[in-house]
Amino acid sequence: MAHGWEMQHDPTVVVIGEDVGANGGVFRATQGLQQRFGAERVQDTPLAESAIAGVAIGMAAQGLKPVAEIQFMGFLYPALDQIINHMSRMRHRTRGRLTCPIVMRMPHGGGIHAPEHHSESVETLLCHIPGLRVVCPSSPARAYGLLLAAIRDPDPVMFLEPTRLYRASRQEVPDDGRALPLDRAFVLREGSDVTIVSWGAMIAETLQAAAELADAGVDAEVIDLATLSPVDATTILDSVARTGRLVIVQEAARNVGVGAEIAAIVAEDGLYDLLAPIRRVTGYDTVMPLYRLEREYIPDVRRIVEAVRTTMADSR
Amino acid sequence: MRTVVEFRVEYLQRLDPDGNVVGDLPAFARDPQEVLRMYRAMTLARAFDAKAVNLQRTGQLGTYASCLGHEATHVGVGAAMRAEDVLAPVYREVGTQLWRGVTMHEILLYWGGDERGNDFSGPRADFPWCVPIATQTLHATGAAMAFKIRREARCAVATIGDGGTSEGAFYEALNVAGARALPVVFVVVNNGWAISIPVTAQTATQTLAQKAIAAGIPGLQVDGNDVFAVREAMSAALDRARGGGGPTLVEALTYRLSDHTTADDASRYRSAREVDDARALEPLLRTRRYLEKSLHWDADRERELLAECARTIDAAVADYLAAPRPSSDAMFDHLFANLPERIREQRVAARRHAGTRGH
Repeated sequence: MAHGWEMQHDPTVVVIGEDVGANGGVFRATQGLQQRFGAERVQDTPLAESAIAGVAIGMAAQGLKPVAEIQFMGFLYPALDQIINHMSRMRHRTRGRLTCPIVMRMPHGGGIHAPEHHSESVETLLCHIPGLRVVCPSSPARAYGLLLAAIRDPDPVMFLEPTRLYRASRQEVPDDGRALPLDRAFVLREGSDVTIVSWGAMIAETLQAAAELADAGVDAEVIDLATLSPVDATTILDSVARTGRLVIVQEAARNVGVGAEIAAIVAEDGLYDLLAPIRRVTGYDTVMPLYRLEREYIPDVRRIVEAVRTTMADSR
Repeated sequence: MRTVVEFRVEYLQRLDPDGNVVGDLPAFARDPQEVLRMYRAMTLARAFDAKAVNLQRTGQLGTYASCLGHEATHVGVGAAMRAEDVLAPVYREVGTQLWRGVTMHEILLYWGGDERGNDFSGPRADFPWCVPIATQTLHATGAAMAFKIRREARCAVATIGDGGTSEGAFYEALNVAGARALPVVFVVVNNGWAISIPVTAQTATQTLAQKAIAAGIPGLQVDGNDVFAVREAMSAALDRARGGGGPTLVEALTYRLSDHTTADDASRYRSAREVDDARALEPLLRTRRYLEKSLHWDADRERELLAECARTIDAAVADYLAAPRPSSDAMFDHLFANLPERIREQRVAARRHAGTRGH
């Protein structure tokens, strides 16, 4: 829907990727676009991820705004050479002469019984790269507003779309062309006892956990990070200053995850606000399992509630 | 069994190593002014290149990739392109870039460790120098896709070395360009060596031009030391691309007379004999012989030309050496159009530490 709005209003926006044309994308995210805008503005590419990224760079440097789809995040890796060596730094290394207003969309995370390599959440790989923005919406409405913002942004945005949202979420979203801000976290639920930061599909479990905790008398504030890089430190630090406690929930593996950066920011700039140690609820530092065990890997409501309870009990 | 597909690879030469004309000269080569213009550009590229190597040897320039021996290929490619076309070069295309209006000052700034060297004042849409091998071929393909979508009569040109043809990105670029009939020309500058690996060890293929066949696009070889042949082949390929006929792969056969870069010592892996043999085939020699035979070129005019080139180069070097270092802000100022708050804080922190470390 956001694609359609922006293509209608900005003739420089083009969509490229594998099966994005007649098929409308494997998750139907580009459904109907080729019929509306033609086979040049909505192009199926040959099956080569590095080509998708490299061609997007060439198009963007010559004045187009490509929205490129990588079919699954696990297939991103061949494109990383182009994304890291060129897309992220074209503006920088040409002193602003050539730029890459590109959105790289890709499904993120597991939980939909997909085959091997189809359920990865490796946002950390992208967040470490200077010059990239990394965005992960938590609902259809946020996907609409943030995707519009990503397309309109003059720099490359990695747009991670949680697979569970494609399947599980139903939400009426007005097609009004209204973008949400990038580089900003959103407070989804206010609370005074503990701050829980999460993003993407994990927001659903986090909100459920907050509801359960409320029944047990713990008032949790839930922050949807939304832009994973750069992190909106201000919103998090302000919240922790009020609650004194921080729990971070991420689907990705723990080691050097986005949660680690958030914990480091609060340790550097908000340590004296803390009443209890920071806790992380994360995927494990192992390979994303095939689907029989994926629910054991992905944090669930129980693990989040338990972590918050431990944090409350650990408080000084 | 029956034969499904057969292919052949043609080879074009217009000037032999003695400066004799082979076959019919194209129109541009019958225009004395144009021929002298190309000869001057080749001479300038070589003289500039020698100066750049000297600057590196005396600690006034960083690592530099010499273009010695590539002048005919570089100038032939540049001269065939139109100003509005777009070049996606590797890191050795000094001759092509000078032709297209990249200044010596910019080239020296880049190799002197300063991103401002990539902010070309001349060809504003050209891609910057590209170090990650073969990645630039996809940028040219993407640029060509933009031109096609916008119905612009412009072409993209990517250059790549012989070693680069082993990279996946090269095949992907050819394949996408062929599948969509894009206005792009790929130039394989086959100089025989990818650092220490000879092209014979790089691939079992008889020619690099035939790699085009698998992508369904035409591929041909030219004598890369023959500026007439390079320009003629490139002009034909660009005309075809501009007319909607799709991409071409041009393999230019030349020789890297220099080390790979100033950080390399080619004597470790190749014989002096081989280099001497290649020197007899080099491009300036044969062009000069042609000029002597057909345009009354003589030692005086050669001396005059060299002196004029030296003056131009010396002025550019003086500018380069006088260029002030960028401030630490330059690390941040062009990272994003809108620099995020946390990075703005780092820019301020960097200012505080700037200059305390020397350089």
